[in-house]
This record gives sequence, structure tokens and C-alpha cells, in this order.
Amino acid sequence: MKADTRVAIVGNPNTGKSTLFNILTGLNQKIGNFPGVTVDKKTGYCLLPDGRTAEIIDLPGTYSLYPKSQDESIVFSILADKSNPLTPDLVVVILDATNLKRNLLLYTQVADLKIPVIAALNMTDLSKKMGIVIDVDLVSKRLGVPVVSISARKNEGIDRLKQVIAFANKVPLQRESIDVKTIAPQLIDQISEELHLDNPYYALQLAHQHETIKFISQAESDRIEDIEKEFSFHSQKAQATETIARYNFINDLLYDTVKAPITAQEETTSNKIDKVLTHPVFGFIIFFGILLFMFQSIFSWSAYPMELIADGFVWVQNNLHHMLPAGPLTGLLVDGVIGGLSGVMVFIPQIAILFAFISILEDTGYMSRVTFMMDKLMRKVGLNGKSVVPLIGGFACAVPSIMSTRTIENWKDRMITIMVTPLVTCSARLPIYILLIGLVVPNRNVWWVFNMQGLALTGMYVFSLISAVIVAYVFKLILKGRERGYFIMEIPVYRMPRWKNVAFSMYERSKTFVVQAGKVIIAVSVILWVLASYGPGDRFAQIEKKFSQPQYTQGLKPDDLTRAMNSEKLENSYAGVLGHTIEPVIKPLGFDWKIGIALITSFAAREVFVGTMATIYSVEGSAEKMESVQQKMKTAVNPQTGQPVFSLAVAFSLMMFYAFAMQCASTVAVVYRETKDWRWPAVQFAYMTVLAYAASFVAYHLLK
Amino acid sequence: MIKLKDNMTLSELEPGSIGIVKEFTDLEMSVKLMEMGCLPGEAVTVCRVAPLGDPIAINVSGYQLSLRKFEASTIILQ
Repeated sequence: MKADTRVAIVGNPNTGKSTLFNILTGLNQKIGNFPGVTVDKKTGYCLLPDGRTAEIIDLPGTYSLYPKSQDESIVFSILADKSNPLTPDLVVVILDATNLKRNLLLYTQVADLKIPVIAALNMTDLSKKMGIVIDVDLVSKRLGVPVVSISARKNEGIDRLKQVIAFANKVPLQRESIDVKTIAPQLIDQISEELHLDNPYYALQLAHQHETIKFISQAESDRIEDIEKEFSFHSQKAQATETIARYNFINDLLYDTVKAPITAQEETTSNKIDKVLTHPVFGFIIFFGILLFMFQSIFSWSAYPMELIADGFVWVQNNLHHMLPAGPLTGLLVDGVIGGLSGVMVFIPQIAILFAFISILEDTGYMSRVTFMMDKLMRKVGLNGKSVVPLIGGFACAVPSIMSTRTIENWKDRMITIMVTPLVTCSARLPIYILLIGLVVPNRNVWWVFNMQGLALTGMYVFSLISAVIVAYVFKLILKGRERGYFIMEIPVYRMPRWKNVAFSMYERSKTFVVQAGKVIIAVSVILWVLASYGPGDRFAQIEKKFSQPQYTQGLKPDDLTRAMNSEKLENSYAGVLGHTIEPVIKPLGFDWKIGIALITSFAAREVFVGTMATIYSVEGSAEKMESVQQKMKTAVNPQTGQPVFSLAVAFSLMMFYAFAMQCASTVAVVYRETKDWRWPAVQFAYMTVLAYAASFVAYHLLK
Repeated sequence: MIKLKDNMTLSELEPGSIGIVKEFTDLEMSVKLMEMGCLPGEAVTVCRVAPLGDPIAINVSGYQLSLRKFEASTIILQ
């Protein structure tokens, strides 16, 4: 889509930036990466009242233009780099009306870069409730830019904001906030002159950030360094001076434009809730209660929709088998592709529910309380209170969670968090656990309320957290720290979750899961189906010849005959040969060659396990009888012992393997991107594989 | 307001009591704190202490900020 103008949304964290972005763009948005860095770039399109289209960019939330993390450094690069194709024509600075003072700091910095800017005063419904009276017109007059009152949550003032965006000026109109030049007069003059800059604040920012920004040349950066030495420029002192000057300006501005009661109503309600939720005893009980409830719900709420999806796929497969002519292509499509896909699609309900919970926990502000409560505990094992967010996010997916570790300023804390996050039970493991627990754990209630399967699943989650903590402690002892850690963090007031955002996150995450996992699964299913349907040499022909002999055709019913023949074919197929090759290695863990095939195929992505199982068992099974994967696995019998293949010991051994093994190519890639060093993902892969083998071995021999 | 002893730091303040920021002992930390609205002359209230005794939550500039005791000990009150 071609846009007529580009608008960037900038603001502090927790100001409703994403909500505003969602309202302006609707479902018409896409998530990508900023060039060269792995920061999520959200862009979308918005139709303006004058008929033009605006491209909206949602920039990462930040408290100031001085970045504390990689995410935040994007903001300055996008706003200041004129040669960047993403440079906005207009910046909308979103301001939290309930906390105007701190929010205005970022506004004054952005405004001083002399880009056309307007201010959106958000949460005006809340500020009214709190008794805060803001003279918006006077603020607007003092700043020299349009200020629009909105409430993104309640969808108020959005039309007016769109109008102001449409009729915004092409030239910056904002008044000077502070006299930037007085901070470092000679330095700013010298840099401006040599680099031909007309904006003193831009020159000053370059002096602060020249080492990290990518859009100036090495020669320019070196020259800035020399100028800094010449005028003995001290970055931190200059920042302190600037911040104080900016707050002086803001205090003057707000002195007669904002009237706030001494104690705000919202604050005390929030404090009352916190008395309970961060209580020394109840706080932790409630936290674990919430986690338990979350996992119980994932199990129970998803049962019905899962059944529907599974039945739907069986129905489609049945119909296709009847409609299409029998043959290898039909087999490939129906058993290979659709069979593999169905194994994974049934887990959409769980993924959606999990992401709903995580987005509610973040949206209400509860997650930052958990961070607050856990910091001391986490520090003991070498982590940081802020590690809690990636670890809980790890329940969903390690990839975005590892990216979210960027909020941890301390290098060592961050590395340890990255190293242990993939241990946390992610949503890709969920299908495997659910399948295996469903096979071996009875679906009964204990003490009336707790479902045994739910308890087993909760157990796997708790176990993954414990192992993450232990591994973190080991890394704490090994790694050498480089700098000190910080824990300066805003605690937002409690708010009702924005259900639209929750629904949006459910939709977005399920879609990503289906698209990304789907692609891999179709590819793997096709390859696997070919490998399982053809064998080396003339083995298949020989098997067919063998089963056409009278002692087989007369002594067996046609159904059993097909089954016996298919089973022998599978064993002699390329996949079977492959499985047999690794069988000696995995035999001590209780796995047979079929599970071996699944282990190999799921090394790129765990969720492929279920699809592989589905494909293997459909190739083997008779075509007339369509069953779900779980039924097929339940009836699978070890030909040597006559016992079910998936005994309690095998199922738990498999779960242990999947709990520890680093079977996720995306995680390996993201760890490399985040650490910029191959040794980190290599060490991670190695330690996780060793742990997986050991834990599996122990589990199998204890339960056997 | 209670009269504070000289050079009392924020980490020594009891929950519920108010102090006024005078200066910082650590430049690096002060830059971060000031950006978050914790400036000299600003009133800070200790709201609560985390269940395990650290970090603490304070009220400053109209919102709640959490910081570790060590970080609070670099803030000297009037």
C-alpha cells in the first residue's frame, strides 16, 4: 500500500501507545523488523478524514531519547536520521494525562529535534476521575503545537486526532523548551559547523550517542570524539544538566495549567490492591494460584474446541479419501500433509488461551508486581526481577521472550536469562505434553477440584521453572560480571485489561503459530511421507511378494493383512532405516525407532513431533479407518513384548527429553542475533541436549 | 513532616513517610533516576517494601517507582 504521509507514535511505556496504534490501524497492520536490528517494527495504515492514507509506525516505548536498551535506541535513530526511509513526516507524542510531568520529558526532547510534532493527551477519562484538571488550550499555546485530548481505551477523541494529523503542518511549529546550547556551547557549535547541522539538540544528541548509532560514518564519529575531548565534554554530567533544565521548564509549564488534588483516587485503590497482591504471604500464594489456574484452564477450556478441530480434520480426511482416486499422491496429500497439519492445528485453542492469560497479566499491571516481588529471589540465583517477564513469557514462546530480555540493562543478568529461558515450557511443548499425558495419566479428579491430567501438566511447568532456576545459579557461578545491575522500574496503576488488545493478541499469536509452524510442518510432512513410503532397493517389492503368498492371504483378514504389510513396509522404508540407525542411542531412554524418527524431525521445531507421529501412524494404519493421533498411539503395541508402546515410563521419558532438549531452530537463531556470538547458542544447545538425555534416562529407569 | 537526621538516605526511610530529595551520591544512577522524575526538590513517599525486604516502591512525581535498596541509598534526603 502506498501512503501519502508517515506518522510515528512515540511515548513512555504504559501510556496506551499500542491501544492507540490498534485503533488507528485496525487489523490493517504488520509486524516486521527494523532494518539491521531485531526490534519489532509495527506499521499499519490509517485513512485520514481528507481522503489521504497515513502510514503509522509504532515506536518502542521509552522514557527519554537517551536509550537504556536496544529497543529504545531505535527511537532516536528513526526520528533523527533524515536518510532513513522510515523517517516520519509527523510525530505524535502520546502523553499520559494522569502523569503529565514525567511524560513531558520525552515530549520536550522530541520537540527539540524540530520535527513536526503534535501531542495526544491520553487517559483523559482517568485523569478526570482522579480530579486532575488540565487547561489543554493553554498547554497547547505554551508548547506551540496542537494538543488533542483522547481516551484510546474508550475510543474518545480519535476522530479529532485523525483530523489534526491530516491538517498538521509540514514545518515544525513548536516553541523552544530549553536553551540547549547552554549545556555545552562550544561543543555544539563545533559539531554543528563541522557536520553542517542546523539543530543544536541534534548535535548534542550526536555527541552523546555517536558511538552506538549507525547512521553516521566512522570518520564523523571519530571527529566527534576528538571534539568532546577538546572541550572536556562529560556525557553523564551533560545529561543530568539537561534533565534538570527540562524538568524546570515542565514545572513552569504545569504550574498554572494543571490542577491536581493532593492524593489521587486511583492511586489509593491501586495501593489497596497491592496490600493484598504483594503481601509477604498472600502475594506468593496468589501468584502460584494464578499460575495453577492458568494451566488448569488451558486444559479444561480447550477440550471442546480441540475435539471439534480434530473431528473436523478426520471428516476432511475421510471425505478426501473417498473423493480422490487411491494412489501415492492422494496418500501424500491426505496422510502426509493434512495428517501432519491436523496434529498441530488442534493446539490453536491452547495457544490462544495461553496468550490471552499472558496479555491480561501484562495489561492489568500485575506482571510488574510479580517483578517487584521476585527481584530479591531472582537475584540470588543470578537473575533479575525483570527476568520474570521473559521467563513467564517463555510459557508462550522463547523467541519473543529472549527478545524481551533487552529490558534487562545488566549484561550478566541478561545473558543468564537468555540461557535459561528456553528451558521454560513453551507452547510448542504443550501439544506433546498434552498428547502424552492424555495417553498415560487417567482423566480423574483428585480432591474434587484438581484434574489429574491438569496436575501432571502443572507439574511439568513447575519442573521447568525449577530447572531454569538451578541452571541459572550454575551460570551465575561460571560467568564473570561486567557491570552493576539496576532495578529502576515504573509500577503502573492497576487497570482493567483491554479486551480488544487481549483478543488481538490471541488472534495475532495463533495466526503466527499457524503460519510459521504450518510451513515447517507441511515441508517436514512431505519429506517424511516420501521417506516413509519408499524404501531402498527392492525391499518394498519383496514385502508385497511375501504378503501375496497363500499362507498370508488365506490365514488373515484383509484388514489385518494390510496392517501387517504396511507395518513391515514402514520398517523397511528410508525413514524406518533412519530410525533404526539411531535406535541404539535412544534405546536406553525407552524409545523405539518410530519415536526416533519423530526426534529427528522435531529437531528443527518441537511441534513437528505430533505431526510426525500422525504421519507415521497414518502411513502404517489402514486407509479406511481414520482415527486421531492419540487413538492411534494408544493402540500402538510393541511387536516384541506385546505391551503398549507408550507406557508411563516411555511417556515421561519422552516428556523429559522434550523438556530439556533445544529443539527449536528459531530459538538458536534468536539467541545468536541477541548475543552476536555463536558460542552462546552452541553452549546452550550442548548443555540442554546433555540434560535432556540424562533426565530422560533417569525418568525411564525410575518408572520402568 | 518529621525532622530527618543529616544525610539520611531514601533507603533508611520507613514505609509511609515522606522525604525530599536533596542530592545523589552516584552520577550514573542519578541520571537514570532524574529521567524518571526523581529530582532534587521532589517529594518522595515510601509506599511499601517488597515481601522479601527488597526492592522498595516509592511515590514520586505522581506515579509509583520501584528501586532496589542499594539504589535508594544513593539518594540523600533534605
